Amino acid sequence: MTPAVFYALTGLGLFVLGLHALIVHAHLLRKILAFNVMGSGVFLVLAGLAGRTPSGIPDPVPHAMVITGIVVAVAATALALSLMLRVAGATGSARLPDETER
Amino acid sequence: MDTAVLIQSGLTAPILVPLIGALLAFVIRRWASPIGLLSVAALLGAVILQVPELIADGPQRLAVGGWGAPLGVDLYADGLSIAMLLMTAVVGLGISLYAAACFRGTPARGQAFWPLWLLLLTALNALFLSADIFNLYVTLEILGLSAVALTAIVGGADALVGAMRYLLVSLLGSLAYLLGVALLYHAYGTVDIALLAERIDAEPAAWAAMGLMSAGLMLKTALFPLHFWLPPAHASAAAPVSAALSALVVKGSFYLLVRFWVELFGEIAGGVATLLGLLGAAAILWGSIQALVQTRLKLLIAYSTVAQIGYLFLAFPLAVGSGIMAWSGVLYLALSHALAKAAMFLVAGNLLRFGGHDRIADLDRVVQRLPLSMAAFALAGVSIMGLPPSGGFVGKWLLLESALTQGRWGWAIVIILGGVLAATYVFKVVGYAFTQSENPHQAQPVPATMEWVAFALAVAAVLMGLIVSQPLALFEIGNPFRIRTELAAP
Amino acid sequence: MTLNAWVPLLVLCSSLVPGLLIFGLDESRVRLRTRLNLAGALTKLALVGVMLWGVAHGHTYEIRITFLPGLDLALRAGPLALLFLVLSSLLWLVTTIYAIGYLEGSPHRSRFFGFFSLCVTATVGVAMAADMLTFLLFYEMLTLATYPLVVHRGTEVARRAGQVYLAYTIGGGALMLLGIVWLYTLTGTLEFTPRGFVSELDSSHHPALILIFVFLITGLGVKAALIPLHAWLPMAMVAPAPVSALLHAVAVVKAGAFGIVRVVYEVFGVEFSALLGVMLPLAILAAATIIYGSLRAIFQDDLKRRLAFSTVSQVSYIVLGVAIASPIATVGGLVHLVHQGLMKITLFFCAGNLAETLGIHKVSEMNGVGRRMPWTMAAFTVAAFGMIGAPPVAGFITKWYLGLGALDAGQHWVLVVLAASSLLNAAYFLPILHAAWFREPPATWPEERDFGRRETARALLWPPLITALAAVLAGLFAAMPFSPLEWARFIAEQEFRRP
Repeated sequence: MTPAVFYALTGLGLFVLGLHALIVHAHLLRKILAFNVMGSGVFLVLAGLAGRTPSGIPDPVPHAMVITGIVVAVAATALALSLMLRVAGATGSARLPDETER
Repeated sequence: MDTAVLIQSGLTAPILVPLIGALLAFVIRRWASPIGLLSVAALLGAVILQVPELIADGPQRLAVGGWGAPLGVDLYADGLSIAMLLMTAVVGLGISLYAAACFRGTPARGQAFWPLWLLLLTALNALFLSADIFNLYVTLEILGLSAVALTAIVGGADALVGAMRYLLVSLLGSLAYLLGVALLYHAYGTVDIALLAERIDAEPAAWAAMGLMSAGLMLKTALFPLHFWLPPAHASAAAPVSAALSALVVKGSFYLLVRFWVELFGEIAGGVATLLGLLGAAAILWGSIQALVQTRLKLLIAYSTVAQIGYLFLAFPLAVGSGIMAWSGVLYLALSHALAKAAMFLVAGNLLRFGGHDRIADLDRVVQRLPLSMAAFALAGVSIMGLPPSGGFVGKWLLLESALTQGRWGWAIVIILGGVLAATYVFKVVGYAFTQSENPHQAQPVPATMEWVAFALAVAAVLMGLIVSQPLALFEIGNPFRIRTELAAP
Repeated sequence: MTLNAWVPLLVLCSSLVPGLLIFGLDESRVRLRTRLNLAGALTKLALVGVMLWGVAHGHTYEIRITFLPGLDLALRAGPLALLFLVLSSLLWLVTTIYAIGYLEGSPHRSRFFGFFSLCVTATVGVAMAADMLTFLLFYEMLTLATYPLVVHRGTEVARRAGQVYLAYTIGGGALMLLGIVWLYTLTGTLEFTPRGFVSELDSSHHPALILIFVFLITGLGVKAALIPLHAWLPMAMVAPAPVSALLHAVAVVKAGAFGIVRVVYEVFGVEFSALLGVMLPLAILAAATIIYGSLRAIFQDDLKRRLAFSTVSQVSYIVLGVAIASPIATVGGLVHLVHQGLMKITLFFCAGNLAETLGIHKVSEMNGVGRRMPWTMAAFTVAAFGMIGAPPVAGFITKWYLGLGALDAGQHWVLVVLAASSLLNAAYFLPILHAAWFREPPATWPEERDFGRRETARALLWPPLITALAAVLAGLFAAMPFSPLEWARFIAEQEFRRP
């Protein structure tokens, strides 16, 4: 197993782990964190596979994508956090109404 | 060279105009509303100017920043993208005029609305014009985030919770899509759709990418059974936002599904078409029945959107045997649904302002108290039901024709049944508009603009049923559905 | 495009434009509204008169626009279209006058007259439609435009009736759409052609054609109130009297019956339909409807409901005339399109007068009403005798030709149906007439309004008198040129002429 594949598989693992957490946890903060884990997983896949070029020189394009992705993720997280605070303010709980803690 | 520059500015205008507008509206808050109106009017003008260009020269491609394929950042416009741009600009102008009147009494909300709304238009237009799958990810994210923020601007627990759920779904969809992009780039070394189409092959990486991307987009389009998030979000937002979400935003992800299907996945996974069609059929029936049992108008309209999205997916199985006819039908449905559904949500906003509630059974003689709004609702309903003459009828006719030509009765019956159910829920509302309510309420005045805009959009949806050949000709520019000519000829 | 092409469009606009203008009028602009209504009705009548003259002299009136590649929307005024056009434009004028009188002082009149005009627009569109697609367009428009009239009163009962009405008509329309698209995929055309356009198809398509026929007739049968699709009609009686008059005499039920005529003669062709073996079932269905409607009518105490069931029965005469598939019966069926319209609208006008003037809604309240309102009841009597089939009123002509046609085609059982139906008609009309003329009037009427020396308002009295007179004249002068009978013969010649 080359390091690239290892990184990619780890990335996939992170994605699945995040997905699991997203579904299982009801608290919005945990859900947002789960998204960040999933996002990191995808970035790891992108960055990891970038090393697998015939010439051995890492492909710069996926890195550009990861940077863009991180910017998007930061923005999304910021929106999610502020929305969470307002939901908590309006409903008195940082959980979505019809979901109970499992 | 001069003309080349002109074409360039033409193709980027639908993205730049609303983007600049968004920034200005954000900075100069006092003037947000006129800036917004002006930007959207300019946007419509820019898109309309593109049409003769396209008809004369065929599809246009523009390498932004000179990168070019395989790195991407290309813009590409053919008949399909122009049709979607036109839909966005026309409906967008209607929504903007409505919003300007709607938020006059609440300037704070208006100031929050305009930058986000213009950003949403920017993202949507960029989505319709982008030719590479990574840029599409970025546009999808901007679209999702601005839509979520717009949902939340009315405040209130319902809207905030709806927005939160919408955000979670939207992020999940985008991440699944992005993972698919990563896999495709790894396997084929490009993000340009045209190059991918040449290189893609039926192999596990392509399959996995297709699964992830399609699932993410289906989630964002709210295809049954992934529609659960749509009714609460669409029903709790402010009227112009609901209209934008139902009429335009869901079409963005659907557009991508169609593009990817035609260019990339259709070849390798023809069998999935039936599955998509079945989900669409289920959406039609389930969405319509849910709409029928709703007691609140906005929820009814939102479930109607779930059902109408189902119609769009019927094209996937039907196009296998009849090509352009099914695609044209679905595209026609998408465009007329945009007009009609925007009109419906705007009417719901009028009724909400007028009576302070949207309980269907207590509409209380609105048919003579707000005749123009109810006329708009009924006319929009005609298109949603698919009665002639209306855009909805043309779409359903084409779908039915392609189903029956192939002798595929199951699909035909679903198409007909969906129309009957739509008539039932539309007339449930219209019927109560005639009767007197047991709980009369104080009526608030509704600005005339808000009524007329809804009416104009509904009339446009009906008129689309009379002017048919021009849109159909537009769809075919650049052969977006990759119909092989020897098959297309009768 | 010649001048003649514009005439069908103008006929359409002569009610569409006033209708749209009236929507925008303030409730209080009574005079302007009345003028618009009458101007529209008179213009339409004049234009139809021009076309009647033109068609008799071999002119064609046709306009078309492209809908989809290879599929047009087209209006054409042929002989068959004109039969229905003349009827609807004449009766629209009369009904408009009646409605102006009937609704005087009641609320939401702009809305009422707006939709009323749209209804007529849809009806003349149905009449002039040159292909199934255009027909469907106006047929559905008729559904939509009549709905607000049915629920006009805004009561819970009216709302329910409206829902039932829609459930039937939308369901029927959906079946029709399915049938039409299917037909189109088989033939590639939908254009009405004398003697039909499907007979060339290979015989392997015959089962499909039978199913299409069933779909189309079911969709049309809803509006024509064939059993078991008739239940909406008595329920729709909650509408104001002019609506009942227009719905039952002209617009809705006739659109259905007219559609059946079109489908049998100009889509399938009579001979080919007989070959498919669908005519006998249709004839039996029509006969069953005739008998069933009459039987139900006998037991209705509510006057309008009794008339509604009578309509169920009478409209099927048209279908029966078509389904017997003989030239003479065709004449009987076609001419009944006009005759039934004249007679039934008279009856509904009279029922409206009784309700509006004396508050009478039930047959049991009609004792001695002939003395209080002699003119109204005279018109009612004429129309009722026409329905029963007594000469010289127009209804007699219908039954005569239907009977002759049945003998001609060797279908003797039809005579039994005709005789039974006449007896049943007598059974539900004669008691009304007896009570009205020969019983003692009660001391007070349920809800009497005072009109001075006249028995009722002028605008309410003249329309039934005119239509009753027309029904008598149509019977007396049936042999004159341009009489409904002669025109029906003119049509029948075209539909049966050997190539």
